[in-house]
Amino acid sequence: MPDKRLLILAALAVVVAVAFMTVGLRGNIGFALELRAVRLVTLIQVGVAIAISTVVFQTVTANRVLTPQIMGLDALYMFGQMALVLALGSVGYVALDPRLKFVGEAGLMMAMALVLFLPMLRRRFDIGLLLLTGVVLGVLFRSLASLIARLIDPNEFAVVQGSSFADFNTVRPDLVIVGLMVTTIAAIIIWRLRHLLDIVALGADSATGLGVSWTKALAGLLLLVAALVAVSTALVGPVTFFGLLVVALAERIVDSRRHRLLLPAAMLTAVIVLLGGQIVLQHLLGGAATLGVVIEFVGGLVFLAMLITTSKR
Amino acid sequence: MIEIKNVSLRLGDTQILEDVSLTMPKGGVTALVGPNGAGKSSLLSLIARLQPLQSGSISVDGLPVDTTPSRRLAKTLAILRQDPAVASRLKVRELVGFGRFPHQRGRIDANDMKLIEAALQQFGLMDLADRFLDNLSGGQRQRAMVAMAFCQGTDYMLLDEPLNNLDMLFARQLMRDLRAAADNDKRTVIVVLHDINHAAVYADRIVAMKSGRVVADGPPAEVLQPDVLARVFGYDMDVIDVGGAPLVLHHR
Repeated sequence: MPDKRLLILAALAVVVAVAFMTVGLRGNIGFALELRAVRLVTLIQVGVAIAISTVVFQTVTANRVLTPQIMGLDALYMFGQMALVLALGSVGYVALDPRLKFVGEAGLMMAMALVLFLPMLRRRFDIGLLLLTGVVLGVLFRSLASLIARLIDPNEFAVVQGSSFADFNTVRPDLVIVGLMVTTIAAIIIWRLRHLLDIVALGADSATGLGVSWTKALAGLLLLVAALVAVSTALVGPVTFFGLLVVALAERIVDSRRHRLLLPAAMLTAVIVLLGGQIVLQHLLGGAATLGVVIEFVGGLVFLAMLITTSKR
Repeated sequence: MIEIKNVSLRLGDTQILEDVSLTMPKGGVTALVGPNGAGKSSLLSLIARLQPLQSGSISVDGLPVDTTPSRRLAKTLAILRQDPAVASRLKVRELVGFGRFPHQRGRIDANDMKLIEAALQQFGLMDLADRFLDNLSGGQRQRAMVAMAFCQGTDYMLLDEPLNNLDMLFARQLMRDLRAAADNDKRTVIVVLHDINHAAVYADRIVAMKSGRVVADGPPAEVLQPDVLARVFGYDMDVIDVGGAPLVLHHR
């Protein structure tokens, strides 16, 4: 039996999606609709990818103020991108099939995520150490990326620069399909693991006691998170606090940490916030601010508020 | 039966366990006692495969703990560690229901519901069943965790200092519940205890450890002797007889 709160969220998401497609439609309707449909699909899958990757990451780290991006996972992706440009040169980079490129970058990132984070997560670090490590790793990979940026030709730099900022407006039709595939598959797998995730949230000792092979489960979940972060970073660039914002909201709404409620609630909340925010900014405020900035600002405030309230407890 | 053969454990430069061999037959309540750092918790977590075995061998009902699939072992043996950090938005009933995970992988059927209700009943959690864990006191959470371990329905229950955070009333209640689990449900309970007088009354057997070795092993009346206790804990204490059970005056 679906939860009532989930049904309301789902209805709201549909309303927002319809509004996104129809509000302020003028000119060549067919062309506009097609453009909007691609953007709709992009935003929905980005929302879903960020929401569920954040839920899973928080469960794995037993920490509600973390997102994969705070831990520098997206910086890892951008570093991979830069490394690829350095290795191939901008001509070779541009000539590559973007889908192939994405798969390569995502694969590289998943491998590095496993190498870097698995040893750390096997023994659960406390929040302070975890945050600190994340910040250090994030800075490390951003610095490495900018070091490469200095080494390469300015023209080549221009090729990758566009992907270093959060941008919800530019659509990458070339990546939508492959991103959609990755997101869908990962979402299905994670949904099927929802009971396991409940157990993983209890911590290494309790989960092992209940028959979970801890390291194996951790590695698998980490790979899924990395794949999803790769999708969202490739499509809209790095967004640090959006996941935190929607997961915190979703947890308030369903008032539970059970994954069968939290996962769909977080996905729907993410879609509503992204599409709704886009409509408001574009049509009511006339594009006065970009969605990325607003979301990061609000999400950052939530992050600070959560840090303060958790440290008080 | 739990068979521990020549188990040693070294963490860094510290020898935690040194050549421990121990056999625990099925049934009854066994209490592990000893001063801090004696290796009780480490031994427990080795039995429960929470730590990799470095040397020696441990088997539970003939299943070697280092090679048996984790899920198979979870149907034979439940473990409750010291203060597990569960502070999320979960209801007590949901947590207790997680004990059924090794059997059902998350699906809860009518039989599971019955077992969950029985566990809630047994540990006096009926009033708290729909409360969230993060709104409970440490002691209430502790009882919920014990109920989850019970609900796992395993022959063996390993508990690491379950009396932590419990007041006198609930400490006594929990020991009685564990005794009942052994007597009525034929569970084998192995429990690390600091309050030696609880061990005196509720345990069938006391294993005393010191510096990574087993230094005394036997029924309470045998182990709770002034000379043995002085050897284990490092100071002299009187033992008096109250209604047939030894009472250790360790606090004076």
